[in-house]
Amino acid sequence: MSSNTLTAAEASGPQKPAAGFEGDRQDNTLGGAVRGYLDKLRGGDLGALPAVLGIITLGILFTVLRPGTFLTPLNLANLAVQATPIIVLAMGLVFVLLLGEIDLSAGVVSGVCSAVLAQLLVQGGFGWPVAVLAAIVTGAVIGMFTGSLVGMVGIPSFVVTLALFLGWQGVTLRLIGQGGTVPVREPVIRALANENLPLAVGWALAVLVAVGYAAIELWRWRAKRARDLAHQPLVLVVLRVVLMAVVVLGVTWILSQDRALSAAVDLAGIPYAIPLVILLLLVVTFVLSRTSFGRHMYAVGGNAEAARRAGINVTRIRVMAFVISSSLAAISGILATSRLSSVTPDAGAGNTLLYAVGAAVIGGTSLFGGRGRARDALLGGLVIAIIANGLGLLGVAAYLNFVITGGVLLLAASVDALARRRAATAR
Amino acid sequence: MSAPERDHGTTAVGRPTLELRGVDKSFGAVQVLHDVHLTVYPGKVTALVGDNGAGKSTLIKGIAGIHPFDSGEVEFEGEKVTLHSPRDAARLRIEVVYQDLALADNLDVVQNMFLGRERKRGILLDEQSMEEAARDTLGKLSVRTLKSVRQLVSSLSGGQRQTVAIAKAVLWESKLVILDEPTAALGVAQTRQVLDLVRRLADAGHAVVFITHNMVDVFEVADRVAALYLGRVAADVPIDQVDRTQVIELITSGQSGDLGLSAEDLED
Repeated sequence: MSSNTLTAAEASGPQKPAAGFEGDRQDNTLGGAVRGYLDKLRGGDLGALPAVLGIITLGILFTVLRPGTFLTPLNLANLAVQATPIIVLAMGLVFVLLLGEIDLSAGVVSGVCSAVLAQLLVQGGFGWPVAVLAAIVTGAVIGMFTGSLVGMVGIPSFVVTLALFLGWQGVTLRLIGQGGTVPVREPVIRALANENLPLAVGWALAVLVAVGYAAIELWRWRAKRARDLAHQPLVLVVLRVVLMAVVVLGVTWILSQDRALSAAVDLAGIPYAIPLVILLLLVVTFVLSRTSFGRHMYAVGGNAEAARRAGINVTRIRVMAFVISSSLAAISGILATSRLSSVTPDAGAGNTLLYAVGAAVIGGTSLFGGRGRARDALLGGLVIAIIANGLGLLGVAAYLNFVITGGVLLLAASVDALARRRAATAR
Repeated sequence: MSAPERDHGTTAVGRPTLELRGVDKSFGAVQVLHDVHLTVYPGKVTALVGDNGAGKSTLIKGIAGIHPFDSGEVEFEGEKVTLHSPRDAARLRIEVVYQDLALADNLDVVQNMFLGRERKRGILLDEQSMEEAARDTLGKLSVRTLKSVRQLVSSLSGGQRQTVAIAKAVLWESKLVILDEPTAALGVAQTRQVLDLVRRLADAGHAVVFITHNMVDVFEVADRVAALYLGRVAADVPIDQVDRTQVIELITSGQSGDLGLSAEDLED
């Protein structure tokens, strides 16, 4: 009898006397990491791949079609500034999309907030800090309202925000006045998109970002290895660090070239809007990946019922997603105001929202919830800005512009849907 | 089979972990639970059996604080308590492992095990200590089937998901672990693994309530059996006082010999 039980015990666990989880250690080789990445792609998680490929392909395409115009420091600086409102709006939408919700009113909310900003500056005669704060608070309050209707009343976000999409346009129209345009000449607001950092400051910031990223990555790698936790191979970490440094310093170098059209003036440096976007990117990334609030965001998006049973306040998370989204929409509105140096009654209407949703989805955020990062907004926003900028340079007819941009969003959504099906069948 | 010291709950001495007395629950006009009495002991597996619609799910949702009971008394380790929300249950260290498992597919094993109770340093998540603790717990339960604790839950098999959900209960040093049909969707080998895990859970001192339709599972792993019939407890007895036929009779008719509900109970 005792020999019987012994053989049974031996049969149940003979091959693996160690602690298990051999995958955590196998992945530490470069080959393992590559295999893991390919598995992920095959499983339907494309990550940043479509956006990066998109940036490269579109870059080459427009460089070939418009040589001497597209790939110039002047155009690239323009493109970057054009992209900033889209990126910030998309960053906010990532929070809403993470929950599997949608905010169709985000674009026009940015319009309302710009109208508030403009009227406080121009009519009210307030300084920029008051106006900016008021615009962001307006965004937050609007988000609270939207979020309550979705999270507490329980109306589908699609319907709530479709109604608000119309409603807020009316408010912007009332604030600005029919046919009117409020010019914004406030120097600080204007400077965001129209002035540049001094060259030395730009370079110092770039080096700081590159070195800071390297330090954090290497330190985390070391800490994980020391405690024998799951970690990537060093080669891969170093590769990422080098790539980041090349991109950051490369962009800084391009933007530090004199891009003035006449030799009489100097126009060089990083536009102020760019470090602002980078700062927001860092903050949002930190919140989503390093805090329990961010973790709960993913959990609610992945399985709201599981989150609720784990004691997470799902309603609060829903409301907060809309508050954050609308607050970032306000900042996006401020950037757009700066770029145009004015606010019109149709601010934030038209294709603003389509661009932002497209940016998030192209970047890798899922429309079905549960997957998305801040960097998706950056990469996807660049793709969208390149398309808009390139089509502008080509002088494409307005109707084609609409058709092409709409097509790109559909394409991205299809990739997302197919990836999701792939993930479901892979199990 | 696994533990020679298993005494089939006959000497269920000491303080019960959970005691329900006269618990009622209605949804609108429909009364789902009538005057339910149930006692659960530490270190023992109590099998909760009953036909579909007998009220098993309602009973555990009440204990979990998801659908609080309307009336009746709940004692936890000898103290009167109220269970009005999942947080109340969590505070008492009651952990429910649901049939649909309630794991977030888009998070990894560690993230799921700590969901809602993340370890933090300041405002930062303490990923390293969470990963260590998760791996430690899985190791203690002799779970060898996971490739990596940083695997997404979406890539796990049914048995592995069940294992992760149960390990979560152990990680949180739960005093009472309620398992809702943990073997329902599993194959033979995976069922074996989960039953072994359930036994280890009780042997480690946790009180375990095990909901199942499978009589083989009941007699394999349970120390006590509680049968629900139309929202009433027909019997709550040590396993060695009943046989398989009696348990099936209790499930299907609420009575078996001198065990079970009285005729007047069955009338209304």
